Amino acid sequence: MARITAGVASSHVPLLGVAHDQGKERDDYFGPIFAGYDWTREWEKAQQPDVVILIYNDHASAFDMKIIPTFAIGCGERYKPADEGWGPRPVPDVIGHPDLAWHIAQSLILDEFDMTIINEMDVDHGLTVPLSMMFGKCEAWPTTVIPLAVNVVTYPPPSGNRCWALGEAIARAVASFPDDLNVQIWGTGGMSHQLQGPRAGLLNREWDNRFLDMLEADDDAVRHIPHIEYLRETGSEGIEMVMWLIMRGALGKSVKTLHRHYHIPCSNTAIGHLVLEPQT
Amino acid sequence: MSHPTDIHAYLAELEDIPGTRVFTAARARQGYHLNQFAMSLMDADSRARFKADERAYLDEWAIPEEAKLAVMARDYNAMIDMGGNIYFLSKLFSTDGIAFAEAVSTMTDMSWPEYRQMMIDGGRSPEGLRSIREKR
Repeated sequence: MARITAGVASSHVPLLGVAHDQGKERDDYFGPIFAGYDWTREWEKAQQPDVVILIYNDHASAFDMKIIPTFAIGCGERYKPADEGWGPRPVPDVIGHPDLAWHIAQSLILDEFDMTIINEMDVDHGLTVPLSMMFGKCEAWPTTVIPLAVNVVTYPPPSGNRCWALGEAIARAVASFPDDLNVQIWGTGGMSHQLQGPRAGLLNREWDNRFLDMLEADDDAVRHIPHIEYLRETGSEGIEMVMWLIMRGALGKSVKTLHRHYHIPCSNTAIGHLVLEPQT
Repeated sequence: MSHPTDIHAYLAELEDIPGTRVFTAARARQGYHLNQFAMSLMDADSRARFKADERAYLDEWAIPEEAKLAVMARDYNAMIDMGGNIYFLSKLFSTDGIAFAEAVSTMTDMSWPEYRQMMIDGGRSPEGLRSIREKR
């Protein structure tokens, strides 16, 4: 049987991809950020996941204003890195896992989550930056990936509660897949940041750390944080953190924290990173 | 969903944040062509054509005149006031070869070096910037 063995949360700031691609990972600015991922890179080498269900948002790359799916699951064979305006990142194509992806898509729809199914799309920094952070430079990514894109750009995005419930449904879907697969689920984006207007540059170390504490807790209070609180406390783009709740919802009631990292700033953004293990 | 959300109260709260334009459906409609124009710059040939003659390229789009002028002036606050979204507009400053944070800094009352230093010093505090109505 397939099983979810771990949850990973990480910011996906595009500048991290630039730093990685240009070999600046250990300079004075980026060194403290990447150092917080060293533990995880070693841990991933030992874990060798077969599949990562990667929760992210598209930043006007694969989806423009023509189509705005709230939850979209990638069921394709492979995905190319998107050209976001300065040429595609020099990273490997992302290889999908269509068998598990279609199984999850079908299960979710039967479980009353009306997913959008994507067979062809390019993937932007939201998806490829977390892969670089966790696996470093490689000829081919060491795992297959099921992209799951969430609309957190055009309001309203899904509620935290709905995201958590989707995570629970994903866990049920994975558990009913017959093949023996080691599956991780990653929630990406955040933490506090605001990329627009006179309030740009807002960061909130206290709130972010309280959010990390809530993800580590044995209860699900975090799912009830309303959108307006993310907006007021963490900036207009902090709403990406609802995607972390899909990951956390998939892990069940209790988790063990294996690793936690927080750093300010990276570009406009607070970097947060968690590795959690479900407790049965 | 444990209880239905009052959409009017929900949308009203989104307008209560100082210095912030939440990308609501109303803004998405207003800025549709502006954002789709920006999106078109994801393609290298389009970027070259835009750079060669910005005005002619913009005239191919159903964008209001004042928004075209905002694009040519690279006035990002004005573009956002007219329904632009930062992730779409990022294709424009990427075309200019300007880093995300530098472009963002142009929307504040700081120079780019001042903004960068503020971020290194821990960023902008939310204190006093949470709510217009509640002044907190």
